[in-house]
Amino acid sequence: MIKIEVDMNQCQHYGQCVFEAPDNFKLNDDDKLEYVAEAPDSERDNIEAAVDVCPMQAIRIVE
Amino acid sequence: MTVANPAAPVVIVGAAMGGLRAAESLRRSGYTGAIRVVGEELHAPYNRPPLSKEVLATDVTHEAVAFPSRAEMGDVEWMLGVRATAVDLDARTLTTDDGEVQPWRALVIATGLRARRLDFAPIAGRHVVRSLDDAMALRAELTEGARVVVVGSGFLGCELSATARKLGCEVTIVTPSAEPMMRPLGELVAKEMRRRLTNEGVDIFSGVTVAAINGETTVESVELSDGTVVPADVLIESVGSECNTEWLESTDLDLSDGVLADNAMRAVTTSGVARDDVYVVGDIARFPNPMFDDVARRIEHWNIPTDTGKRAGAVLAAHLADDGSFADVVAKPFAPVPSFWSNQFEIKLQAYGLLGLVSDDDIRVLEGDLSDQAAVGYYRDDRLVGVLGIGMKAALLPYRKQIAEGGA
Ligand SMILES: Cc1cc2nc3c(=O)[nH]c(=O)nc-3n(C[C@H](O)[C@H](O)[C@H](O)COP(=O)(O)OP(=O)(O)OC[C@H]3O[C@@H](n4cnc5c(N)ncnc54)[C@H](O)[C@@H]3O)c2cc1C
Repeated sequence: MIKIEVDMNQCQHYGQCVFEAPDNFKLNDDDKLEYVAEAPDSERDNIEAAVDVCPMQAIRIVE
Repeated sequence: MTVANPAAPVVIVGAAMGGLRAAESLRRSGYTGAIRVVGEELHAPYNRPPLSKEVLATDVTHEAVAFPSRAEMGDVEWMLGVRATAVDLDARTLTTDDGEVQPWRALVIATGLRARRLDFAPIAGRHVVRSLDDAMALRAELTEGARVVVVGSGFLGCELSATARKLGCEVTIVTPSAEPMMRPLGELVAKEMRRRLTNEGVDIFSGVTVAAINGETTVESVELSDGTVVPADVLIESVGSECNTEWLESTDLDLSDGVLADNAMRAVTTSGVARDDVYVVGDIARFPNPMFDDVARRIEHWNIPTDTGKRAGAVLAAHLADDGSFADVVAKPFAPVPSFWSNQFEIKLQAYGLLGLVSDDDIRVLEGDLSDQAAVGYYRDDRLVGVLGIGMKAALLPYRKQIAEGGA
């Protein structure tokens, strides 16, 4: 299991993570980020890509 | 050409986002040999966009903007505070300003851009913002009531204006353009941006350039081409950038605008040959993106160092592995969707695609209302090539998909 943390004080809801890891991140109808804090290990590449593309660098994998 | 020495490291020149992503990608793609990153700045790679926005508005520290370091990067060697001065592509060596000549097995060019300066004598009070050190120096002068003149009205100039204004400065933009952000966004949107920036108390002098900078020991005023004199304590020059290619001048690489690369991010020579041992990533890379056409372009957007760094790392790792996978990896489609964002006061812009490809007649509001929230479409030959959100985000996603799929 991978554990994900998003600093919601930093997050500006750009939604770049949504393209990389759609199983874990989405923008709701109010343009706000919603995310699932756990992902199977098979999703690691996608979650790391989501971490990379966050303009605010607000996403972290908790090891 | 000599045979590559497998004991020599892959040398990445430029220790910023593009260089970092290339190194990470080499590791992730299975390359276990030595990697050395040579960078002129003393700081480990950090994120630049907050330097004109959130971080400039608060406390400018490396900690606030540093990229996280991954475990797989543990044995990457960082040579920071060292500038590359020359390279020999035949001998496969790099010369640095500390006098060292080091061998490399493959080279990644990631030296990005520097801020262009106005052509006036040096004087205290003149600033640019490209690096963390630049932002720290500027932050110290953005005190309440300071009179700030920003030259240039691209995204960066407008963001710096907004941040200075939020910090209580008196802000004037001086720009040769008719409207702020005119070139990247087009007239329709740029006119609305002027309205919003003016509403926030930013003065805009457009259609003018700087004729003189006045002051004894520090900037006191700026004289414009129409004779207007604008008092100033701080002058911020945001007039574009120049590619850091000087260290490559003795090579036969195509340096006509940045460094030319093919779609696998391999550097291309003036005779049109792509080199399997030299790669280009980030702002400095001029490469073709089949999403639009076969024209090679430089794209100064934040996602590009990551996308091109990953691509270059994967292709180079396959080349070094020499396991027969190279041709397949090179042939993999690579068509990154350019994307950028910009925050100015409460204005939140987000875009996908290449807005700059389009003439003013081919820009239309797709959803919403320009004076509030809107999605704006940029068309070339009736094909959607760019979309801009003003305040809107999720609404852009279907348009992004359309652009990525060829805009039909
Ligand atoms: C203040 C600011 C705000 C921005 N905001 C946004 C934004 O909101 N949205 C967006 O999409 N984009 C934004 N950008 C653009 C984005 O940050 C760039 O696209 C990105 O930084 C490019 O990364 P890079 O690694 O290609 O090059 P750079 O970041 O330019 O890094 C190149 C590195 O190479 C080093 N170097 C240069 N020459 C040598 C040499 N000879 N030897 C050794 N090292 C050398 C430099 O010191 C530098 O560290 C912004 C840029 C700035 C400066």
